[in-house]
Amino acid sequence: MAAVNKEKVSRWKKYFPLIHELVLRDIKVKYRRSFLGYLWSLLNPLLMMLVMTAVFSHIFRFDIENYPLYLITGQTLWSFFNESTNMAMYSIIQNAPLLKKVYIPKFIFPLSRVISSFVTMLFSLVAIVLVMLFTRSPIYWTLLLFFVPLLLLLLFCVGMGMILSSLSVYFRDITHLYGVLCLAWMYATPIFYPLEQLSDKMQYLMHFNPMFQYIDCFRSLVLYGQLPSGTTLLACFLASFGSLVIGLLVFNRLQRNFVTQI
Amino acid sequence: MTDRKTAREELPMIEVRDVTMRFNLAKEKTDTIKEYFLKLIQGRLHFDEFFALKNVSFTVSKGESVALIGRNGCGKSTLLKLIAGVYYPTKGQIIKRGSIAPLIELGAGFDMDLTARENIYLNGAVLGFDHKFMDAHFDEIMDFAELWDFVDVPVKNFSSGMLARLGFSIATIVTADILIVDEILAVGDFEFQKKCHRKMASMLENGTTLLFVSHDAEQVKQICQRAVWIDHGEVQDIGESGKIVEEYQQSLTQA
Repeated sequence: MAAVNKEKVSRWKKYFPLIHELVLRDIKVKYRRSFLGYLWSLLNPLLMMLVMTAVFSHIFRFDIENYPLYLITGQTLWSFFNESTNMAMYSIIQNAPLLKKVYIPKFIFPLSRVISSFVTMLFSLVAIVLVMLFTRSPIYWTLLLFFVPLLLLLLFCVGMGMILSSLSVYFRDITHLYGVLCLAWMYATPIFYPLEQLSDKMQYLMHFNPMFQYIDCFRSLVLYGQLPSGTTLLACFLASFGSLVIGLLVFNRLQRNFVTQI
Repeated sequence: MTDRKTAREELPMIEVRDVTMRFNLAKEKTDTIKEYFLKLIQGRLHFDEFFALKNVSFTVSKGESVALIGRNGCGKSTLLKLIAGVYYPTKGQIIKRGSIAPLIELGAGFDMDLTARENIYLNGAVLGFDHKFMDAHFDEIMDFAELWDFVDVPVKNFSSGMLARLGFSIATIVTADILIVDEILAVGDFEFQKKCHRKMASMLENGTTLLFVSHDAEQVKQICQRAVWIDHGEVQDIGESGKIVEEYQQSLTQA
């Protein structure tokens, strides 16, 4: 059994360069033929934040200190989740022509899509830094730990990507349903409004909303200079590894018939 | 130690053991969840089964060149894809000993928006080669493909012949242990076809095992020692290529 696994791992290793090439391709193709190119990864979140700050500080007023930073931190993490899982969802379907012709370990497709979104998000972290400087927000030492929630979120997205990409091969409905689900999920997550805005019951339910947990964790480190609470960290860990394990199980179970289904 | 090594070398490169491949031909495709559950409840969830291959067995030894012949839709390409690892057999087992260069469809994995240069690295990675390796062989690939003038042109502007040239040049850059060739040499101009044949011949001389699908009887007789004749997913006969090709052609004229 161990020998089989070892062989499997060495076979996968052969395809690590492919992940690299696919990520590179995704990023290259995304901004090809646009004048500003990679700058868009930076401009996009900034412009979004400006629009939303304008809307929410004039129409709906929330009592949040340093609202632009509050908003852009939530926005950045949510966009990464939204983009990566949506791109991963289509990864198997879209690569059907390739999968029908050559043998490639199939998990590479959702994985590479999530990683390319992650790289794009790393670019847009610069936007957060710009907002911090511009709003003269205090710099805490906890800022150095910013990568912890991001890496946990990455694992969560990889798991979700595996689940979505394999299920959508069998049921295309999921691709339509997921868009609506994401919208509902976004509104149910305190991204542009404060947690206190929610009813007590909803506030309690936020313990089970992994996206809020990651965002909350990230905000404590970046915005408030606090270490996240034990329960927040635990929730983040559980969501990440739960999603990853379920993702691997589902994907592994379904992948055998991908080629004859797509 | 030497005993073990020779024993290993004597093992066949490809062993196809009693392989059956079944496709579920869903006449009405159940693509939506609602339909799926409706049919599940009504007990209507059945498929038309189609056996692309039925209990196929044969072996290919090291350095041998074997042709697969048969009419369109007889299961040749399915068999090649099973050996390449694209499909999993419904029943039976396929054992391969060595690296495979699948020339099933050239340029699988080309991204039309990327240039020839970028696609060489991408397609190389699809075949399992890293960036450094491709760097080292880049010039060789472009020389063989004779496409230096178009190295930084997006491949969506390439003709099919140019794409085939590029694909073939990448896929044959290493001497793989097993070469799988599926009627791809029909594209490309005469000169390039000759070049491809020379390349294949030199690979064969170096001990590469070849699995070849073609409808060109002369080509099969010329390149392959043995042939496997498949009809409706079943092996009709296996043997010396000249004899099998003759049998196959006779069966065609009779029908």
